[in-house]
Amino acid sequence: MMQAVIQATMDFLKLYWAPLLCGLVIVAVLPLIVGYIVLVERKLMADMQARLGPMRVGPHGLLQPIADAVKLLIKEDIIPDNADKLVFWLAPVLSVGAALLSIAGLAIGPAFQIAKDINIGILFVVGVSAMGIFGIVLGGWASNSHYSLMGSLRSSAQLVSYETAAGMALVSGLLLTGTLNIKAIVEAQYNEGIWFVMLAPVAFFIYLVASIAETNRAPFDLPEAESELVAGYMTEFSGFRWSLYFLAEYTNMIVVSSVATTLFLGGWLRPFARVHFFNFLDYVPPLLMIGVAGYCLLRTPKQPSRVQQLFMLAVAGLCLALALVLLAPVALPIAKPLYAGIHGGFWFIFKVSAYIYFFMWLRFTIPRYRFDQLMRLGWQFLIPLSIVNVLVVGVALIVGSYFNLHGWSMLLVTTPAAIIALVVALMILAAGQQSSAGKENAPASDFYAG
Amino acid sequence: MLDKVLFYIFAGLAIASGALMVTRRNAVHSAIFLVTALLATAGIFLQLRAEFLFIVQIILYVGGIMVLFIFVIMLVNLDVALQQIQFARQKWVALIVALALSAQFGLMLWSSEKIPGQGIPVLAAPPASELPANSEAVAQSLFGNYLLAFEIASVLLLVAMIGAVVMAKKEK
Amino acid sequence: MEAERETTLSSEATTENKTLLGADELIINMGPQHPSTHGVLRVKLKLDGERVIGSECIIGYLHRGVEKIGENRTYQQFAPYVDRMDYVAAVSNGLGYCEAIEKLLVVEAPPRARVIRTILTELQRIASHLLWLGTHALDIGALTPLFYCMREREEILKIFEKYCGARLTTHAFRIGGLQYEAYDTLEKDVERFCKDFESRVAEYETLLTQNRIWIGRTKGVGILTAEDAIAFGVTGPVLRASGVKWDLRKAAPYAAYDQYKFEIPVGTTGDTYDRYLVRMEEMRQSRLICLQAIENIPAGPILAKVGKVLKPPPGEVYHAIEAPKGELGYYVVSDGTVQPYRVRIRPPSFINLQAFDRMVRGHLVADVVAIIGTIDIVLGEVDR
Repeated sequence: MMQAVIQATMDFLKLYWAPLLCGLVIVAVLPLIVGYIVLVERKLMADMQARLGPMRVGPHGLLQPIADAVKLLIKEDIIPDNADKLVFWLAPVLSVGAALLSIAGLAIGPAFQIAKDINIGILFVVGVSAMGIFGIVLGGWASNSHYSLMGSLRSSAQLVSYETAAGMALVSGLLLTGTLNIKAIVEAQYNEGIWFVMLAPVAFFIYLVASIAETNRAPFDLPEAESELVAGYMTEFSGFRWSLYFLAEYTNMIVVSSVATTLFLGGWLRPFARVHFFNFLDYVPPLLMIGVAGYCLLRTPKQPSRVQQLFMLAVAGLCLALALVLLAPVALPIAKPLYAGIHGGFWFIFKVSAYIYFFMWLRFTIPRYRFDQLMRLGWQFLIPLSIVNVLVVGVALIVGSYFNLHGWSMLLVTTPAAIIALVVALMILAAGQQSSAGKENAPASDFYAG
Repeated sequence: MLDKVLFYIFAGLAIASGALMVTRRNAVHSAIFLVTALLATAGIFLQLRAEFLFIVQIILYVGGIMVLFIFVIMLVNLDVALQQIQFARQKWVALIVALALSAQFGLMLWSSEKIPGQGIPVLAAPPASELPANSEAVAQSLFGNYLLAFEIASVLLLVAMIGAVVMAKKEK
Repeated sequence: MEAERETTLSSEATTENKTLLGADELIINMGPQHPSTHGVLRVKLKLDGERVIGSECIIGYLHRGVEKIGENRTYQQFAPYVDRMDYVAAVSNGLGYCEAIEKLLVVEAPPRARVIRTILTELQRIASHLLWLGTHALDIGALTPLFYCMREREEILKIFEKYCGARLTTHAFRIGGLQYEAYDTLEKDVERFCKDFESRVAEYETLLTQNRIWIGRTKGVGILTAEDAIAFGVTGPVLRASGVKWDLRKAAPYAAYDQYKFEIPVGTTGDTYDRYLVRMEEMRQSRLICLQAIENIPAGPILAKVGKVLKPPPGEVYHAIEAPKGELGYYVVSDGTVQPYRVRIRPPSFINLQAFDRMVRGHLVADVVAIIGTIDIVLGEVDR
């Protein structure tokens, strides 16, 4: 019996050592990445708010995430007296587990994918990441606090509603490829020579909005609306458990951005990947890295202390090394086979970063929706629009295949479809405004009336 | 071998969490164990290379229905619910039914091993590469062979949904 | 009063507002430690789902007995205490108190003092409104305006610091005039601030005024009709947003306000959006007042002839000014000694808070924070 078990384990390891290793790497590295995403967010926020942001730990606060992590880890672990201990323990783990698991389905470049070639790729990512909602709901319930409970009620309602819209948007995108396999989706965009964001712009927009809502980001961050519900479902969590929730939230951001990138933004493809005229774009990534390194070098003498100067030099060196790695497949014929893996990874991460940057930008700029407004937006605007969009995209594809259109000429049929969807959107908006105007009967504000 | 081990892990998990789900007093704990049972079943689906069923199980049952379950459970005051004695009179009926069912299953398993041509046919699993793509196969059968049944079922669900909405509105 | 409210709360609860599942109403306790109750206000909310069906403000967590302290201090000694009531508008508090005692003493501050008082008080109004705008926007979820507002408020505080050395609780005035002579570049500083400020207000407005979400969150939220506002005794921007054109700077001019031209912005519906617009416009008008005032600051003494020991004749006086948050009144009774017999303060925040329950009923939890923000309370003033 014992031997059989060992034999089975060995078989397992022999077969699956590569994905296991990748998984380990992801679990180990992701917290660090998330930490730096948070740092970037704080820096961007500071920039937009006319201040500096973290500056103390390391040059320009570059070591801040590590300091934060240490702080969170050594904090006292508090479980409220009347909390349901088991569920309180389980909830953050569920949240972060679902988020990490869904990364397994993603393809970061053609070379790096843990669950290779699963037939249901994109559904796997979406479905598994949706399980994270249990962490939120159960965490709120287990804390035995009204604020937490309301936070988790809000989030479960919100996630279930926006999942529908996001799913419908994904369907419109998937109609264009006819497959759920992530690699096949990106390859289809390569073969067509056009990203699906051009062919299904409305679906992209719907997915964009719904993905913000699904990750509980502003302006849809109601479950954790700090000004109303303190911290929503996280109110009673502290220290490590809290950081698990945090990790889950940012991982989810990465996941939804990756899904959007894969389906709509051409995945790991360079812009105009099939056009040889644009091959010079291959030099953009190394040049970018060299630029960053140069900036770091430029700033080095201005650093106040020796340690910080050395740190800055180290960052510059890292960037230069990255630049060399990125340059190798383009410049050296020997390294040519590595091109897809290295540059694919770069472009994928670049697009995901751009998507996340948009999330952050929104968060700093606009106020928060109210819960009923959020629900109205979801149910009365996004869901009908997404259904209509599936319909018109489907019709457009049928027409397109009738005329045997491919690539850019597909725009001939999809653009009218998008316009129809937009008109429908405006009609829905107008109808909504009419009904709400009828209800409230609010007179216009006559400002200098007095 | 590996498949077998995994299968027993999943099956054991499903049965254990099923039992725990029935016996827990706390409704939220029951719901969690139900989720575990559903996930374990999904795992078995995945082992059978029914990827589409696997993900549908997760999206629909785990991500959709169970969330709504928990949503409702959270709104109900649990302390009050705990005081009510639930299903007290059905204990014996349930036991008899359970025994009958397990006897049936046992007989079937026994017969399929001992009597050729009886019980569950034991087939060797084909290698994964030879299977048709799973989601396409499901789509083919749903929208091809069983289109009418599928549409009838969807209309039925739609009617039920509208009915639920109408009834909920009346309550207000 | 308390008992009456209790009964209205409970009777409200038993009406048909039952949830579908028969779940009980949720009573949640907002505060006294809560990110958006602007201090230590505690609000008991009775909720049906997320809808508020009753509320009760519980105050007193910051009670320091300011009025009682007044009875045990001399008139001058008490002046710094009033700065600590509305600590984000300390200058206005001081102005009200000094003018009340001047009325009691039957002296008048010299014209130079009155003009400088006006300038500082209007700057303080802008600072107070800026702080309100930033925190109000933050409550509604807009993170960025807070920092922009703080940036401008900083400029005002710098002017205060240059003038009297203090930034927050300034104690800038003295009974009978000013504590300090204006520093040399006061006019220049104020002028520079006013010049920049115009574009800054426009900047806030681009962030908020036409923003769909902002309008959705504030329009029709917390409506207070003119009748209700008057009945509750609400004053300040909250009253004016309800369409009542009442501003003590016009109705009973004090300091040097009768010399300047300015508009009183008035709203129509009395919702949160109107209050926002009114305050935004008030900032602009305050800027105009400041600009007019620095053009011509009369020369002369800054302190009227008052003795070192103040012994007002026996009697009583009520003097009110238009503080940033509303009518700030001082009712001072003198028994002829060096200490007041009674100082009763009418704080605008406290009175305005009375309308909270009326404004919040039927709204959602998210609106509660918007409404707390829009009343613009400072707990130091509510609890005194």
